Amino acid sequence: MDMTRRAALLTSAAIAANVLNPMRSFAQATPRKGGVFTVHYGAEQRQLNPSLQASTGVYIIGGKIQEQLVDLDAAGQPVGVLAESWEAAPDGKTITFKLRKGVSWHDGKPFTSADVQFTAMEMWKKILNYGTTLQLFLTAVDTPDPLTAVFRYERPMPLALLLRALPDLGYISPRHLYEGKGDIRQNPVNLAPIGTGPFKFVTYERGQHVIADRNADYWRPNAPYLDRIVWRVVTDRAAAAAQMEAGQIHYSPFSGLTISDSARLAKDPRFIVSTKGNEGNARTNTVEFNFRRKELADIRVRQAIAHALDIPFFIENFLGDFAKRGTGPVPSVSTDFYPVDNGPQYPFDKKLAAKLLDEAGFKAGTGGTRFSLRLLPAPWGEDISLFATFIQQSLSEVGIKVEVVRTDGGGFLKQVYDDHAFDLATGWHQYRNDPAVSTTVWYRSGQPKGAPWTNQWDWTDPTIDKIIDDAATEVDVAKRKALYGDFVRRANTELPIWTPIEQIFLTVINAKARNHSNTPRWGSSSWHDLWLAE
Amino acid sequence: MRVLVLAGRRLAASIPTLVLILIGVFLLLQFAPGDTVDAMMAQMGGGDAATARELRRFYGLDLSVWAQLGNYLWRLVRFDLGFSAIYGKPVATVIAERLPATILLMTASLSLAFFFGLILGVVAARGVNRWPDTLISTLGLVFYAMPTFWFGLMAIVVFAIYLQWLPAGGFEDITIAHTGLSRLLDIAQHLVLPTLTLGLFYMAIYLRIMRGSMLEVLNLDFVRTARAKGMDETRVVVRHVLRNALLPMVTLIGLQAGTMLGGSVVVESVFSLPGLGRLAYESVVQRDLNTLLGIVFVSALLVIAVNFIVDLLYARLDPRITTGA
Repeated sequence: MDMTRRAALLTSAAIAANVLNPMRSFAQATPRKGGVFTVHYGAEQRQLNPSLQASTGVYIIGGKIQEQLVDLDAAGQPVGVLAESWEAAPDGKTITFKLRKGVSWHDGKPFTSADVQFTAMEMWKKILNYGTTLQLFLTAVDTPDPLTAVFRYERPMPLALLLRALPDLGYISPRHLYEGKGDIRQNPVNLAPIGTGPFKFVTYERGQHVIADRNADYWRPNAPYLDRIVWRVVTDRAAAAAQMEAGQIHYSPFSGLTISDSARLAKDPRFIVSTKGNEGNARTNTVEFNFRRKELADIRVRQAIAHALDIPFFIENFLGDFAKRGTGPVPSVSTDFYPVDNGPQYPFDKKLAAKLLDEAGFKAGTGGTRFSLRLLPAPWGEDISLFATFIQQSLSEVGIKVEVVRTDGGGFLKQVYDDHAFDLATGWHQYRNDPAVSTTVWYRSGQPKGAPWTNQWDWTDPTIDKIIDDAATEVDVAKRKALYGDFVRRANTELPIWTPIEQIFLTVINAKARNHSNTPRWGSSSWHDLWLAE
Repeated sequence: MRVLVLAGRRLAASIPTLVLILIGVFLLLQFAPGDTVDAMMAQMGGGDAATARELRRFYGLDLSVWAQLGNYLWRLVRFDLGFSAIYGKPVATVIAERLPATILLMTASLSLAFFFGLILGVVAARGVNRWPDTLISTLGLVFYAMPTFWFGLMAIVVFAIYLQWLPAGGFEDITIAHTGLSRLLDIAQHLVLPTLTLGLFYMAIYLRIMRGSMLEVLNLDFVRTARAKGMDETRVVVRHVLRNALLPMVTLIGLQAGTMLGGSVVVESVFSLPGLGRLAYESVVQRDLNTLLGIVFVSALLVIAVNFIVDLLYARLDPRITTGA
């Protein structure tokens, strides 16, 4: 264990040196035009249009080609992209966007409010995951002139919520290539996207690479710097690390390499390994309880499980410095919503755990076992897999026998979110800048069966339902924040899901890259200012 | 003409096998929890139940298993491999895109394994129990025992990262547009390490088989007769021994054409090659039934074709084995 700890400490020193070494970062200050930037693409997607699918796997390519109305700036504040300004009516039911002048699609057609209207009504509201929930009460988008789009809502839509959701859920597609061309999902443009962004789609060779070239007519002056971006499909993580070292790949986003390879490359001056630029992609490791099990429906058992896990030990020895103790469903990087008081936390205390289990009436039987549980770990990352084993071993020490059932992605979602064939599940919850986008659905009762990443635990709590509903339509920013504080405290008290670890995705990037990681969702952003030093 | 008749007969005989394999794979995949829509949701990072229902209807996944199987077989009869849910293209197109890399890799590895297995096997047998034999046999054992993926990664570390002689992965260099001969050379360069990785394991097998069968044939009466006639040693080995010793090797190629497709999954992943093996793996994870069945179909055809060629080679090597009447 000592060795591991020392290795972790050395790693952290190396990372600090990388981040703090100003000599290398600013060695060449004048942006250089040209160059080919190669990106590690770990999992291929069915399509590349971010107006239809909200996921980093799509943004990492589609986000360079298509643009959204609003993105986040370096300080995490909304900044206009295709929209120049916005205004909400006092009742919160009308939000007006003024669009950028002189923007055209890659095929030369002008970008207008008609594109916004079509994308919002036909894609965001009907197809886009999380968009369908966000835009549930959107009734119409009026287009009084080509540069004005007026969003009309049936119920108040908090402007702050919309602006924090749009960086992910606000990509615009060209109406003229979709309208009247049959099923939107099957449109070939989805695999050869046309956008207004700094890079133009060139080719997609399945299993090999995607290529996009500089858009010479881009609306931002002097942008982009790069000639070309190549996304290389590399599914094997060890192979991806090798290709980074061989110089075939410049950038591996979203914790694409193994923890050990990332730690190793952090010590190499040719690479920068950091969580910077991923603040908008915070995630928490979760422990999800199935309330259909009578043992887990007892709050003392859930508390006991939380107390039985030595989270600081796990983080220090398995996750290194890239993770920290989680405090609740809203991660600490959320400056807008992180509450002052998170409510009860559950420090490691094995004796207390045993006492709680005794009190709940689950005395240790023969062999010291109280009861057995099935744990399903999500297959999204090695930290989840390690955590599952850690849960198994820790709980056996307080008399709970855990069987770990490992499946692939499809199997995991089916068993947990459709068949409810789990007792405990562990995975990630990804926070998307505002709790209303993708967090509250984990806690709101009445979610339809089969909807992944929603409350499928059979947990019902009228108090939290009311808080969630009130906050979703609250226009006053301060009141919303207060409501989400109540939400976090209630979630931590009742513990339907426990969020013990907070992580930010890890970036591994070649030190030659400049202007990288300068926004909170940089991997997904447009890279119009990215350049490569010689 | 006789060859054509034989080919036709062999193909007709393999059709029932093929159908059984397809039905088996189809049913096996039904046991895996979740379907392509679940896999899609996992990839999207979220979605609602209504969307999932609609997608299931779109891909025909709301039908019963038997109806789906019936539809599939009926399409197959009309030479239609169906439409891939992940790739959004006809399965035939998806496979056609991936086939070249796999065939190239398989041919290169098999040739390497066969050629060097043969030479090393002969050398070992000729110097049995002396140092060439010990050296070659030990080397063979090492290659045989080494896990493919580990050898691949080590080869990358040494030749791509440390020495920087060869690329670490990919099928060709895409940052520079190569054409004609330079593209060919570029692809060849990219294939060196994967070919070695996949081929050395099979070379180890061939070498041992070759050595064994050489030793066996060398002790047969007709070899003694040939030597007694005063024939020189090289002629004995090439004309009399090699020809007979080759038969088990050729048998093995037929058997291993299928195994090699399986082994290529690992090699294609480690070297990020766009081949059929990785496609098969991804289709399982994505529950893309049509693509997976298409791959099974095409690989079965490949194995049948290789075995057919092996049969013809038999007849050529040993006239006692006829093409059948």
